[in-house]
Amino acid sequence: MAGKEYLLFTKDTQSFIYNMQTNAVQRMLDFDYASGRKTPSVAAVINPTGADGFQKFFFGPKEILVPVYKSMKNAASRHKNVDVMINFASFRSAAASTEEAFGIPQIRTIVIIAEGVPERRMRELTAKAKQLNKVIIGPATVGGIVAGAFKIGNTGGTIENIMDSKLNRPGSVGFVSKSGGLSNEAYNIVAQNTDGLYEGIAIGGDRYPGSTLLEHLLRFEKNPEIKMLVCLGEVGGSDEYTIVEALKKKQITKPLVMWVTGTCSKAFKTEVQFGHAGAKAGSDAETADAKNAALKAAGAVVPNSFDDYGEKIGMVYKDLVKKKIIAPRPEPAAIKIPMDYNTAVKAKLVRRPANFISTISDDRGEELIYGNMPISEVFQKDIGIGGVLSILWFKKLLPGYATKFIEMAIMVTADHGPAVSGAHNTIVATRAGKDLISSLVSGMLTIGPRFGGAIDGAAQMFSEAYDSGKTPAQFIEDMKVKGVNIQGIGHLVKSVHNPDMRVTIISSYAKKHFKSTPLLDYAREVEKITTSKRDNLILNVDGCIGICFVDLLRSELTKQEADEYIKMGALNGLFVLGRSIGLIGHYLDQKRLKQGLYRHPWDDIAYMLPEKE
Amino acid sequence: MAQKAIREADGKRMIARLLKDYTNGKYTIDDTFVTVGPDTDLKKLPATYKWLTKEKLVVKPDQLIKRRGKSKLLLLNATWADVESWIKERMSKPVTVGTVTGILDHFIVEPFVPHNETDEYYLAILSERDGDQILFHHQGGVNVGDIDSKAARMKVPIGTLPAAADIEKQLLSNVPKERRFLIAGFIEGMFKFYADLNYTYLEINPFVVSKDRIIPLDLAAKLDDTAEFVSGKKWGGIKFPSPFGRMLSKEEAYIADLDSKTGASLKLTIINPEGRVWTMVAGGGASVIYADTITDLGFMNEMANYGEYSGDPNEEFTYLYARAILDLMTRKKNPRGKFLLIGGGIANFTDVANTFKGIMRALQEYKEKLKENKVKIYVRRGGPNYKEGLRVMRELGEQLGVPIEVYGPETHMTRIVSMALKGGK
Repeated sequence: MAGKEYLLFTKDTQSFIYNMQTNAVQRMLDFDYASGRKTPSVAAVINPTGADGFQKFFFGPKEILVPVYKSMKNAASRHKNVDVMINFASFRSAAASTEEAFGIPQIRTIVIIAEGVPERRMRELTAKAKQLNKVIIGPATVGGIVAGAFKIGNTGGTIENIMDSKLNRPGSVGFVSKSGGLSNEAYNIVAQNTDGLYEGIAIGGDRYPGSTLLEHLLRFEKNPEIKMLVCLGEVGGSDEYTIVEALKKKQITKPLVMWVTGTCSKAFKTEVQFGHAGAKAGSDAETADAKNAALKAAGAVVPNSFDDYGEKIGMVYKDLVKKKIIAPRPEPAAIKIPMDYNTAVKAKLVRRPANFISTISDDRGEELIYGNMPISEVFQKDIGIGGVLSILWFKKLLPGYATKFIEMAIMVTADHGPAVSGAHNTIVATRAGKDLISSLVSGMLTIGPRFGGAIDGAAQMFSEAYDSGKTPAQFIEDMKVKGVNIQGIGHLVKSVHNPDMRVTIISSYAKKHFKSTPLLDYAREVEKITTSKRDNLILNVDGCIGICFVDLLRSELTKQEADEYIKMGALNGLFVLGRSIGLIGHYLDQKRLKQGLYRHPWDDIAYMLPEKE
Repeated sequence: MAQKAIREADGKRMIARLLKDYTNGKYTIDDTFVTVGPDTDLKKLPATYKWLTKEKLVVKPDQLIKRRGKSKLLLLNATWADVESWIKERMSKPVTVGTVTGILDHFIVEPFVPHNETDEYYLAILSERDGDQILFHHQGGVNVGDIDSKAARMKVPIGTLPAAADIEKQLLSNVPKERRFLIAGFIEGMFKFYADLNYTYLEINPFVVSKDRIIPLDLAAKLDDTAEFVSGKKWGGIKFPSPFGRMLSKEEAYIADLDSKTGASLKLTIINPEGRVWTMVAGGGASVIYADTITDLGFMNEMANYGEYSGDPNEEFTYLYARAILDLMTRKKNPRGKFLLIGGGIANFTDVANTFKGIMRALQEYKEKLKENKVKIYVRRGGPNYKEGLRVMRELGEQLGVPIEVYGPETHMTRIVSMALKGGK
């Protein structure tokens, strides 16, 4: 806590940041490190819409944890030394949170950043602050800075600018202005023409700021480290006349260089409101010209225009050096802040191998892109779900006949009634009260070698046999010897005499549209032999889809690519995708029917426990 | 966002609607104020407002014009027919008040209240840093004179309300005894109204006392528009008119429209289209200082525009903004040539090179016209990535064949003004 009344911020001051402002906090901590502070200037963040916890920040090269509290009271009780709150609340809630801070005795200085706090509310807060002997800086401000000691929020801009303007170590100049936007410029002017800034405050552009230009100048007057005062006033209001009075009454004795902006208002015919709420001349006395003249008459050093503001500041400084009131100090060694990784990347200073690669889609630009096709084109060209799938799975928009085939495969595999293991599991899980994803996954997890896996299995088995040049008879014989069932052959009820319509549709589409169907033809030869043994050993729907898909991929991709996709299990994906539609359907169906928990009946289970001896 | 003046009719209607709530229903004012705008159908008004054809009327423009009586912009004790033709004669026509010329487009019509001069009182409430002040004078009206020296004053500290008894004591000593109670209660209510509705200025001159009633005859007021989120509902969806005589040119309206489409800020006021000094300055504070410096160095008559861009507008917006200015400045040649000052202070976090992209695109497009008009360009800017920004600007100059001088934060912010106007140093 600052011991002296005129010091609001020192090298030991710690603050609360009201509202989660990660950038502002990081910038404060960067300044702290560059200034050689031992402790970070932010003790904690008060985040009224969040929960208690911690937030990670950099303090120089290492990372530190800054506590986050939901309640201001709680934060205060944990950090007794904190006497500054930097209030980033919006204009709607800034007054309420400032009032809350009034109720915490240890908080002495409150900075209000928001622009647009109602004037009457602000006047009430200011009066109350005075009663409680607290200081408000703002509203509508970026804040201020004590060089080398404490920086409010985003004051001073980037760390490069802070170093350029020598704000990392104290000088002899006390500066105060209304405008926060111009404070960087002012600190630069001070740095170029003097030994640098001691403290700079932007009181904010509102008509009734919580603290005035004069109040800060009087603080600076009392501070023995500050040897000269620099002030930037503004057209409108009468604040500058209080400075005139203070000069006349010798309340200000240190040299003051001051300029009031807005001298151009006489060039405008009608009333002009400049950027700031307070910047409007309501009477002749409120014009910049009148104020500049009054200040000059009262003894302030007033330049002829802003153009020689820097020269006048330099002149006063040199005079103070000559009078030995200021002794120039050697420049301390600069403490380097590591550059942020993102900044370094932007400046093309670093590179790093990526941990992930993606070659199928990109969501970073204006539009989502599949492959090389923006989403708008996906719809313009009406490539359908088959087209999207072919881009995302095979990195190529396949021709229309092929994407149509993909869609047919999805449609055909979408569902196979409630009795098969996938649907059954989904139904049981749904009835146990599980959510959609759990129920869906419960069914999905049954897909494998015995259920649903035949598409993939048939494709692999048949293409292997065909590629190795085995005749259909040899293939069947080999499998028999190995004692392995041929995947994709055989059906529970369908037979040669009672063909499966799904197989008919798929195979006739392939025969009609595919460029060639060598594997399908091969499978039909195999089927001829197996059905001669038993008439239900037909090419079933899983086999048909799998085999046709191999034919399709081989005619659109290189054989090597096609085989790789089949090995990777792309065809399993086809079944999983299709069947998800059905499984979700069963989930919704059970929910809609409000089906209760399923319990398997005892009489359907053969209990065969070892008997008691 | 600041104190904004409102139309007289809006203020009076607000009093008519709400004063009773602030005085326990003791003071009521009839809502007999009609606004006539450019689209109002005069023929239809008497059907809605029956009193228009039954009473004698007053009509005057309602456009934030001061001392309308003295400028003969007031018709008293008139019939509806008189009012109709008086408005028709003036609607959408220019009129000069003092040094300002503007188009008349809003009028207020209200009943004429016959009264004696001794019934007229002056009331104003104004806001100051540590409280509000009530000004009262027992001789109100057009000839009130120097109110600052004449008026009785009462200071009301912020956060408090004045009691009727204190008002009577401090303000009403020159008012006939029998009227004091009535007027004190009125002022007490008006103060509550003023504070609760976030007024920042309110002047009623005069209000008249007619038997046991109080009627405000003339009113001027300002609201704090930042309090819209608190008091907006009670204000009743009013609009803040532009000051009288502020007519936007086509280009100014275009920039105002761009401004409304972005979260950033784009402002343009044309001061003198024949001026030789044009500015395109980043930042509200810096832009004022550039205009100041042009004025202070004695070139006010050459200052063509005031404007600023800030809040990090994207490339497209800065391009459109720059193009509008380049278009204006290359319309009419001047044998002595022209200056374009692309100025700005040291930015906080805006990437300077990025903001220059749109401006550079516009400069390229206007290359030939800039040469024809003998335009010399001066650039001064600092902030993140400023070195890259200045480098590309310098390169552009060579490429365009238009003289561009480029400076960074090592050069005083406004030095380019004196360089351009005084041949530098």
